[in-house]
Amino acid sequence: MCGAASTKKASRLSQATILQVEHLKKYFPVEKGFLEKMLTRSRRFVRAVDDVSFSVRKGEVFTLAGESGCGKTTTGKLIVRLVTPTSGRILFNDVDIVKTKHEELRVLRRRMQIIFQDPYASFNPRMRIGDAVGHPLEILGLAKGEEKKERVLKMLDRVGLAPPEQFVELYPHQLSGGQRQRAAMARSLILDPEFIVADEPVSMIDVSLRTTIIDLMLDLRRELGLTYLFITHDLAIAKYISDRIAIMYLGRIVEMGDKHEIFSRPMHPYTQALLLAIPVPNPERKRRMIELRGEVPSAIDIPRGCRFRTRCPCEQDTCKQEEPELVPVSPGHFVACHSAKES
Amino acid sequence: MTSQPLLTVNDLTVEYWARRGKVRAVEGISFSIGKSETLGIVGESGCGKSTLGLSLIRLVPYPGRIVKGKISLKGRDVLKFSKSQMQNLRGKEISYVFQDPMTSLNPVKKIGAHFVELIRAHEPKVSEKEAVVRTRKLLKDVGIQSERIGDYPHQLSGGMRQRIMIALAIALNPSLVIADEPTTALDVIVQAKILDLLNALRDAYGMALVLITHDLSIVLERSDRIIVMYAGHMVEYARSEDIFKNPQHPYTQGLLKAIPNVELDEQTLNAIAGSPPDLLNLPKGCRFWPRCYCAKERCREKEPPLTNTEPDHYVRCGKYEEGE
Repeated sequence: MCGAASTKKASRLSQATILQVEHLKKYFPVEKGFLEKMLTRSRRFVRAVDDVSFSVRKGEVFTLAGESGCGKTTTGKLIVRLVTPTSGRILFNDVDIVKTKHEELRVLRRRMQIIFQDPYASFNPRMRIGDAVGHPLEILGLAKGEEKKERVLKMLDRVGLAPPEQFVELYPHQLSGGQRQRAAMARSLILDPEFIVADEPVSMIDVSLRTTIIDLMLDLRRELGLTYLFITHDLAIAKYISDRIAIMYLGRIVEMGDKHEIFSRPMHPYTQALLLAIPVPNPERKRRMIELRGEVPSAIDIPRGCRFRTRCPCEQDTCKQEEPELVPVSPGHFVACHSAKES
Repeated sequence: MTSQPLLTVNDLTVEYWARRGKVRAVEGISFSIGKSETLGIVGESGCGKSTLGLSLIRLVPYPGRIVKGKISLKGRDVLKFSKSQMQNLRGKEISYVFQDPMTSLNPVKKIGAHFVELIRAHEPKVSEKEAVVRTRKLLKDVGIQSERIGDYPHQLSGGMRQRIMIALAIALNPSLVIADEPTTALDVIVQAKILDLLNALRDAYGMALVLITHDLSIVLERSDRIIVMYAGHMVEYARSEDIFKNPQHPYTQGLLKAIPNVELDEQTLNAIAGSPPDLLNLPKGCRFWPRCYCAKERCREKEPPLTNTEPDHYVRCGKYEEGE
């Protein structure tokens, strides 16, 4: 049956690292107006991802969570090389893929794939599902004709689009949101990758169907030995699906660790506020809140020192001067906060 | 609950005329809201919850029409109101907070102008100066610095814009505010703040609140009573605690098992099999039977009526039909 097998999976995890991200940065230049261009030399940047480091172990679900604009999606796109990093290293199976180009990149894409949030926008409306799912095989010259058809049918059946013979002929608009997301999974799995970046794969799917997609993801992981980088703003789902979680704020990881650790012992004030703000389906629960001042600052003008200090309920003098490093507070639990270190 | 309900809806039915036929987006809905009460309307996309909300202020977009039913506000039949009476009612007695704060404000008008226009349209005797004074107070009430009165909408963040929408909704001190997915486009911390604000204003102004959302967690946490909608029908209607502790409709039970709860350490989530029906092509009998775990022969034949199973608890399911 479907359900959370999340407890048992910890033991199956190997310690081998599949992906290691080191000091990853992505700065997008800000477009200037004509006059501004003539008058000023200085260039400004949106620091979307600003020195992010983490590693993903083989077989785990590692989640990047945070609010909109925190850089989680950009991080995902950097890893599959849809966006080129400004600096930093991305080691995939111990090989730095930041400088990979052209032909090598195509080979690499067989091993790492991405699933996007919007199943309505990620399919070509004029391509039949069968053609879309088989397209990667054709692009990479891996299979064609009967063999391709065979593999497409098998994959569609595997993601629960049965009978596959029927779905092959359909156009994307004839599928429901959940079915389209299944098709998107089939398309990314047809190349037999080891690593999948799943960017908010269920946020546009109705609640009653979400679990089927998540459970499918977990089943496939078991069966095909996949590793996921899961990106979400929904911490309740993150808790359900992940092994480890990293919380991002303004382009940086502020806290990272085992999910049980993060949820039972959050150390960063931002994580604490975030967790308390999640609606809980229980009318008897007394709501507690941590009042955060103001709003998330712009990623162009990130505050000096700790980037969270402008909203932090426990700001100190050190926070104004020094940006806190992500340091361990207990084995496997990392926090970037001056006050957390001292306690 | 108070003795005289503020708003009573009876057997409300709304149809859209599509090319392929008639769609009953909302069918046979009856409920009432008391003063200072929060009613949550929850359901998945396409279940008719927004249409239901819009029909309460008679703003169902063409080609939709209210074809049956009665809506009475403080004893007056709203469906018999003339166009100008309706205009007078909207904003003044019932106001609406739309889902998308980005598109509901006029981008070429300053924040203050939105308020002044609204106030003076309903109360022509109020001078512009007075309207500005009231606007400043309203902004303060929703937690926005009154200096922002001269800003344009694009200068505000999503959360602030939603606060502006709420301030506009309470500007004329209505007795009922309908908020349709007021926090869907917002981040979780901002969402919690906006919902707190709505609650606080409800208490301060003594208004009733209809909270329409797809998020069962939110309505469970924030409302007194809940309507669960499925394919245009009200399938369950009860107090929040009863929905939570004693959900009776298989759909409600399924939804409760499908939503993750961060407070639980280990949780098994179960999806509801299948997907919602096409409203143009509804299954015969109960609309939920193809997805129901306990569907019986009679569920495929006959549409179950809304049954009063317990005090203040209504369910539309064959299991509870009288005489069973």
